[in-house]
Amino acid sequence: MIRTSRLFAQSGLITLCIGLLFGLIAAIQFISPDFLSGIPFYKARPLHVSLVVSWIFSVGISACYSYLEEKSLLRFKTLSLIHWGLYNITFVGIIISFFLGSFGGREYWAFAPAFVFPILLSWILFAIIFFASVIKVKDWPVYLWMWATGIIIFIYTFCEANTWTIDYFSNSAVREISIQWKAYGSLVGSWNMLVYGTAIYLMEKISQSDTYSKSRIAFILYFIGLTNLFFNWAHHVYPVPLSENIRLLAYGISMTELLILGRIIWKWKSNLQENKAFKNMNSYALMVSSDFWVFFNLLLAILISIPVINFFIHGTHVVVAHAMGSTIGINSLILFAYLYYHKQQTRTKLFNTAYHLTNWSLGIFLTGLILSGTLKGMARHQGENYYQIVQTIEPYIHSTLLSGCILFIGITLLIISYFRSSQAN
Amino acid sequence: MSLSRKRGILICLVILYLVANYFVYTSATATTEPINDSARSGRLVFQKYNCVACHQIYGLGGHMGPDLTNVMTEKGEPYVRSFVENGTQRMPKFEMSTQELDDLVSYFDYLGKTSEYQNSNYSFTWYGTVNQQEPTEKKL
Repeated sequence: MIRTSRLFAQSGLITLCIGLLFGLIAAIQFISPDFLSGIPFYKARPLHVSLVVSWIFSVGISACYSYLEEKSLLRFKTLSLIHWGLYNITFVGIIISFFLGSFGGREYWAFAPAFVFPILLSWILFAIIFFASVIKVKDWPVYLWMWATGIIIFIYTFCEANTWTIDYFSNSAVREISIQWKAYGSLVGSWNMLVYGTAIYLMEKISQSDTYSKSRIAFILYFIGLTNLFFNWAHHVYPVPLSENIRLLAYGISMTELLILGRIIWKWKSNLQENKAFKNMNSYALMVSSDFWVFFNLLLAILISIPVINFFIHGTHVVVAHAMGSTIGINSLILFAYLYYHKQQTRTKLFNTAYHLTNWSLGIFLTGLILSGTLKGMARHQGENYYQIVQTIEPYIHSTLLSGCILFIGITLLIISYFRSSQAN
Repeated sequence: MSLSRKRGILICLVILYLVANYFVYTSATATTEPINDSARSGRLVFQKYNCVACHQIYGLGGHMGPDLTNVMTEKGEPYVRSFVENGTQRMPKFEMSTQELDDLVSYFDYLGKTSEYQNSNYSFTWYGTVNQQEPTEKKL
């Protein structure tokens, strides 16, 4: 990696380390609220969320720059460093504001609205740099389409997520909540575009073939993904009293994800054959495990999109399992695969331990969340009050938190292993 | 797939997206219950103290505490005031001004009137959707 891509990768790793720490603090506070009372849960949680979201974006951006730098396409190099500087200064400002107790108080984007402008500016800079650099590339591979989509959609949905500051949108709670979660649904889609684009770019480098990235099936799947990004956000807000047509549209569109699911199953056998060829590569091992989590999360996403199922598990830990499964199992493992690709590929004992610990503890962690959420949903519909529900799910929450602590160790070892292999180079 | 076909699909999707967005921004989310000034200020109080880190509105938010969409209709104003003023083992005692607390109560009152989260009066269709009937009398 050269310059800007390396800088973004390093920023991403730093934010991940700190984000994991706040995740651990928040997890302990979940069962012991007095733990570290100087950083209460309502501060620890947004710190954790913002830092890990920044990890995903930083390394996703790093992959885009890596492509541009490797192909000698990067234009406005100085501007790309300004982009990095602005992104990080804004981020440090957000972290300080959280410590000082200054919040915008929105889910995910919990920072004060003043930070919207520098964030937006940094993404506009990124868009200018990216499009100016790739404009002359002919026959774009699918990952360029995905990165371009991710950048544009981020800018649009980020603006959309902040429409609550305009009276027209905030005059109605239904409109405000619906648009907030519509924006968040697509926003997650935008970082997924960056991450999945990175995955295909990486596969192209590992296999040294661009057959898939320019294939018809790659573009069909891209357009299915884009359709879902645009229209299937409403499962977040099924219980909000908005138009029934929106729910039906989202329900119908989300079922097209079955095609992607089918494709994964269909490809399983050939993936296994590829696995034999690249089995000694750290990045490939991480990519293969992320493939499993894609399957798992896609299945969960499809189930959540069915209104009858959604009715029971909405607002429970099943949704948390979906979010955590996607951000850790898919996004983080793909991004680690990208980072490891630039290091020595020797399978060390430390890497193997980290790899297995991360995947197995993630499995237990998600199972615990799904069980807790399912029980919560059932108890809620049997008319139990909040405190009865908390008691019912408590053992599952404890086991989830225990596996979360092991997961923390697993990811930390992955980071240590990454730095060690980097020293070996 | 040719470039012109890719562009064509993309343009069609974007146009449909913009049309759908217009619908979402206008009639799809129209409500008969406009927010009043006090409730609007209450929403900002809710955001200022980052309540969403622990609580949910319409099932959206943190899982440390309960959903608050219908807290006023289900538990009543004294209960809400008491919780915010005194805190609990899991919830910090927030040092809110009287005005902030009044506004927050107004916001919860307004939210409760928009609809009933987890309406207990429902039926299912054969194709997997949920019909939510009028809220139960208990909650009104």
